[in-house]
Amino acid sequence: MKNEEEASERPDNTAFTQQQLPAWQPVLSAGIIIPGFLIIGLAFLGIGIALFLTSQTIQVLEMDYTGVEKDSPCFRCTSPSNQTCTCEVTFSLSTLFTGPVFFYYGLSNYFQNFRKYGVSKDDYQLTGDTQYFKSPRDVCFPYAHDSKNNPIVPCGAIASSMFNDTFELYQIINGTKKKVPLDGKGISWWTDYNIKYRNPLPVNGSFASAFDGTVKPINWPKAAYELDLTDPNNNGFLNQDFLVWMRRAALPQFRKLYRRITEGDYATGLPAGNYSLTVYYNYPVLSFDGRKKVVFSNVSWMGGKNDFLGIAYLVVGSLCVVMSVVMLIVYAKFKFSDDDDA
Amino acid sequence: MLRRRINRLCGGDEKRLDSRTIYVGNRPCPDTEAFIPSKFCDNRIVSSKYTVWNFLPKNLFEQFRRIANFYFLIIFLVQVIVDTPTSPVTSGLPLFFVITVTAIKQGYEDWLRHKADKEVNKYLVTVLEDGRSVRKESEKIKVGDVVEVVEDETFPCDLILLESSREDGTCFVTTASLDGESNHKTHYTVSDTEKDLQALTATIECEQPQPDLYKFVGRMHIYQQEQEQEQELVVRSLGPENLLLKGATLKNTKKIYGVSVYTGMETKMALNYQGKSQKRSAVEKSINAFLLVYLCILISKAIVCTTLKYVWQSKAGQDEPWYNQKTQKEKDTNMYLKMFTDFLSFMVLFNFIIPVSMYVTVEMQKFLGSFFITWDKDFFDPEIEEGALVNTSDLNEELGQVEYVFTDKTGTLTQNNMEFIECCIDGFQYRYRDTLSEVDGPVNNQQQNAGQEKEELFLRALCLCHTVQVKEAGSEVLVDEVDGMDGLLPQPEQETGFIASSPDEIALVKGAMKYGFTFLGLESKCMKIKNRQNDIEEYKLLHVLNFDPVRRRMSVIVQNNSGETLLFCKGADSSIFPRVRPEEVDRIRMHVERNATDGYRTLCVAYKKLSAEEYAMADAGLMEARLALQDREERLISVYNQVETGMSLIGATAVEDRLQEEAAETMEALQGAGMKVWVLTGDKMETAKSTCYACRLFQRGTELLELTVRTLKDEDKKRDVKLKELLQEYYKKAVLDAPPVRPGVTRSWSTANQDYGFIVDGATLSLVMNPPCDDDASQNKSFFLQICQSCTAVLCCRMAPLQKAQIVKMVKNSKGSPITLSIGDGANDVSMILEAHVGIGIKGKEGRQAVRNSDYAIPKLKHLKKLLLAHGHLYYVRIAHLVQYFFYKNLCFILPQFLYQFFCGYSQQPLYDAAYLTMYNICFTSMPILAYSLLEQHISIEILLHNAALYREIANNAMLRWRPFLYWTLLGIFQGLMFFFGVRFLFSNPALQDNGQVFGNWSYGTIVFTVLVFTVTLKLALDTRHWTWINHFVIWGSLAFYVFFSFFWGGIIWPFLKQQRLYFVFANMLSSVSAWLVIIILILLSLLPEILLVVLRKPRGHHSQQKKQSQSNVGGNQSPESSTRPLLMRTFSDESSPVV
Repeated sequence: MKNEEEASERPDNTAFTQQQLPAWQPVLSAGIIIPGFLIIGLAFLGIGIALFLTSQTIQVLEMDYTGVEKDSPCFRCTSPSNQTCTCEVTFSLSTLFTGPVFFYYGLSNYFQNFRKYGVSKDDYQLTGDTQYFKSPRDVCFPYAHDSKNNPIVPCGAIASSMFNDTFELYQIINGTKKKVPLDGKGISWWTDYNIKYRNPLPVNGSFASAFDGTVKPINWPKAAYELDLTDPNNNGFLNQDFLVWMRRAALPQFRKLYRRITEGDYATGLPAGNYSLTVYYNYPVLSFDGRKKVVFSNVSWMGGKNDFLGIAYLVVGSLCVVMSVVMLIVYAKFKFSDDDDA
Repeated sequence: MLRRRINRLCGGDEKRLDSRTIYVGNRPCPDTEAFIPSKFCDNRIVSSKYTVWNFLPKNLFEQFRRIANFYFLIIFLVQVIVDTPTSPVTSGLPLFFVITVTAIKQGYEDWLRHKADKEVNKYLVTVLEDGRSVRKESEKIKVGDVVEVVEDETFPCDLILLESSREDGTCFVTTASLDGESNHKTHYTVSDTEKDLQALTATIECEQPQPDLYKFVGRMHIYQQEQEQEQELVVRSLGPENLLLKGATLKNTKKIYGVSVYTGMETKMALNYQGKSQKRSAVEKSINAFLLVYLCILISKAIVCTTLKYVWQSKAGQDEPWYNQKTQKEKDTNMYLKMFTDFLSFMVLFNFIIPVSMYVTVEMQKFLGSFFITWDKDFFDPEIEEGALVNTSDLNEELGQVEYVFTDKTGTLTQNNMEFIECCIDGFQYRYRDTLSEVDGPVNNQQQNAGQEKEELFLRALCLCHTVQVKEAGSEVLVDEVDGMDGLLPQPEQETGFIASSPDEIALVKGAMKYGFTFLGLESKCMKIKNRQNDIEEYKLLHVLNFDPVRRRMSVIVQNNSGETLLFCKGADSSIFPRVRPEEVDRIRMHVERNATDGYRTLCVAYKKLSAEEYAMADAGLMEARLALQDREERLISVYNQVETGMSLIGATAVEDRLQEEAAETMEALQGAGMKVWVLTGDKMETAKSTCYACRLFQRGTELLELTVRTLKDEDKKRDVKLKELLQEYYKKAVLDAPPVRPGVTRSWSTANQDYGFIVDGATLSLVMNPPCDDDASQNKSFFLQICQSCTAVLCCRMAPLQKAQIVKMVKNSKGSPITLSIGDGANDVSMILEAHVGIGIKGKEGRQAVRNSDYAIPKLKHLKKLLLAHGHLYYVRIAHLVQYFFYKNLCFILPQFLYQFFCGYSQQPLYDAAYLTMYNICFTSMPILAYSLLEQHISIEILLHNAALYREIANNAMLRWRPFLYWTLLGIFQGLMFFFGVRFLFSNPALQDNGQVFGNWSYGTIVFTVLVFTVTLKLALDTRHWTWINHFVIWGSLAFYVFFSFFWGGIIWPFLKQQRLYFVFANMLSSVSAWLVIIILILLSLLPEILLVVLRKPRGHHSQQKKQSQSNVGGNQSPESSTRPLLMRTFSDESSPVV
């Protein structure tokens, strides 16, 4: 019925109803494409060269300290019986390692991106909501209660497996060890530290008593509120190392920022010489065939060392240039044959 | 009598299923001891599907019966029940959205139906009850009630007309709301009932309700009370002319009384209410095939991941590292159950590869897209004040895929605007001048004219033998004004117009008028004509032997004043010639054939005097047949055939049917577009052939292969032997000797190929289709089909409606199942319109039945060109691109997620955040493709119309075949690999910021997702050839919206989210130069092959397009316009300059 009524009316004569809207009809003609490819190609080549050169200037020093080989310094720490173990890794720099130097630790074959692992945390706890301290969410199981059924805070697999090797770096000058100061501030995302994670409010003026009735995660040597005894602002859930650990890595082989070397004599970098890295070896990885390493690196505007991006730009850039040349030839040929026809 | 009655009752009982008995006024009838008021349904019309109570369950059930919805429901349930990687919201929300929108739409439609039902059901009607008139709500009418209807009211149920306020016991109705025919139809009262309704005691026996609007058989038993106790049973037959249908409107009649026979849902209107069977388009079939492929991909992905997961876990230490131990419950679970739930989890994780939104988008595209057809002002016809009508939007794209066009001739190719051209009386030709005169009759005839007597007999026959009504003065629109009336007539007839079901009849009546015999009208079974002397002659109309397409003739039996009974018969030559004396035939046949070659419609007129005995016999036979409840039609026809024999031929008429505007251009364009045009007509071969020449379907160079009764006539051989021979000969000629034709290019412009035209007639066709003995039947059939398919044009003449459908069906089911289109305007085309893939109705003169049953209706044939070449082409390209693009974009959406499983220990970790998973198809990428699929014009409409050959480029579902599908799939896979591994290599060092901080897994996913959204949107931008402001708005708007949304989503701690995992991820990503650089290079790299393809194809494409244009120019030069000119001139000459 309604249809007929509509149909009996004269249709609207507008550009839209008649499909006559003014339209831009782009044609990818040779005149646009060939110079376009050339310009893009050259630009990419430029960026590629810049990236590649930048990447080349970045210094990286990687050291595996897992201790798989018998002659490696940390081999003795790998036996499970050894509860607290310290080992020393030495290395020498032939040139100045330009600062600021970033100190990463790296893990391989470690799946922080397991789905169940990833959800195994209680975000309400981590925003400082003490209500959830006593009754952690189900996703935290089996890391929610200890054997005596006390609630664990912070609960869950991620928190429980927090990386707890610690390092001290010494420069060996004439046989004496000079401690290199390590700066642990600002290694986590600013938003994580300042907004996303919150500590519980102190009870009766004491931060620790906010955690009353809970126990620390089983693998942790210390409770959350005493993670950093030197800095009261680096405790609880707002501990920088904790926050770095809680940002899950994307791939099974990853590195995380441990410290920065920005202070004192080392603000300009690590001078050439011999160094000794003291490792407090706590974190077991051999059970799942994992590896641990430390990485010293400096960064540029593009971040850490990554040759991939520079090479990719170089390849695509040169591809574009080659393409524009090929197209030029093809077009020239077709143009001529067209002319022949006409 | 009693026994007879009982017998009949028993008989009725036996055939309870076939007939019902109705007691008029619900009064018991004297003879029936047991008056059992039978239970019939009440007069409530329920067109609504739901009530308030059952809406939710019933609607949900209906919706989940669709396989796609059910699939998504299953996925959703799996997510709810099993511990899966993504929250149920991700798939539940889109599903909920779709289901709710559909439910609201259906609910609203149902509410409208409820409202309409209520209006109809609560309408107050007057019912006669125990001698009083009672006002009642319409829904309370029972079968058997006597109902009063006044002028301009619609009938509340199907009624048998008992009494009319008009003296002659007739009433007029229009059935505009039923079949769209707006002319007035006459219905008759049952005789003997109109005396006193209160005293009427009668029963009606009639068939059970059936949907055919034009069929009704029944009989009425009337008990006439002559004396107190004495009753006499009178039986009257009831036919469709006595039945007033619910929904029709009473016109020109003050009021009528009728007894209701069918009520409520059993009325013919309600029975016709059911929707037509759903036609499915080829694109839909392609979608389903692709869906199956993707389902296989999905399942194999899930299986691969599950298998690898368990292989990987078997390695020591991998299954349960100390940092990620299982709960006790997980440890206890059965291994196989775990595998199964893992499989389900992977299914859920990858299920986005088959998106809910595709169905929504396709539906929306079809629904909104069809508006462009109704809106098109080129389809608007100022004459009928109407534009095109879209009855179903499901077939838009099918319009771009048509390979065979089956067209009706009368009213479709021709205007169905008949004009009386000439007649031939007793072998002398008459062409109208001011006076009746013979123009170029047989050369060697002494007499100038046929005898005066013959002439007048012929003209009387024209005046009497028809079913034309005279339109009453003062009634609204005049269908045809009578010209040449110069005030000689009495006043009321001044504005006389004629109404008839067929325009031929009007042309004939008007033709007779030109020669001085005027039909004045039919009053109480008495036909009045005014003869040349201006005397009124009256004839009593005894019987009308109706026209039907099988008999192809009609007759009337009239009685003149002197008591003579005459039978006048007019009909097609083939049906008249065998029934007249052979010696008369020869004189007239020549004329008839010549007229037919000129493209005129010819009818022969014959008459016969009936002696009293003959008439009595015929009358009895007709009465008996009309009373029959069973096989009434067949019996009537056999009586008709008995009566219409031994007639004498008096003459023939020629009526011109002009070609439709631009018919030839349209046909030429369709053929140029590679479509094969078949003309299916009921007309004579000669007439149809000349129309074909005029329409340039046949051209001068076309060799005609004829397979008709005439060519089969051979003294020596039997018909089927000859048929076989001919078929083999033609097969050799047309199929074997023809150079191999590449599929898709059906007609080459080069002159080297011989064009063949094929002509077949109904009788021969039935010999081919239903052979008497089936030795070579299948071979004959396949020969026939192949000949047909290799000819450029096929003409099937002398077709019954059913044969038309048979032909369509044969082609439809032939190899490669080509897409067929039927176009027609009349009731006789309905069967083929329904049979073809796409049915097009022309809003012509022969009523509205074709329009009602069609998928699309257009006012004129010429509109078909734009409908197919422009609209069809564009719709097809749009929806094909839409479908391919949808599959592509979801493949490269999910592939990185699949690849990520290899890097996360097959733990079903999603790569993207749930919000991205949900919004990807709903918000970020849906609008650009919708806009594209509504607005894209890769070639402008003008060029499409100008260059019909472009239509062939998309023939055979070209854009949705496996090759393009493979291309799109490979593109999706390539881009998916790019996205994932590009970012993977970047993350080999996750310290991407200049402050040395590292990125985590959500940053990874967000970078991939950003590249993905930009790439698929820009890919569409590359494909868009027609950028209107809407395209600009949605494409750039979508990208801006994505950026804005990501900021917003990650910029706030959302209180309802348990985990703020995307908090500032996007902003941090943008602060990293490396992330920017990787996004840019990956987008470019992913689009590079596409750009290269466009560019490298360009010179070739440009080249070929030029070629094409020059080709079509060549074609234009050779176009048959000039070559067929002589023939054309012949058919058009008469119209432009009437020969005197």
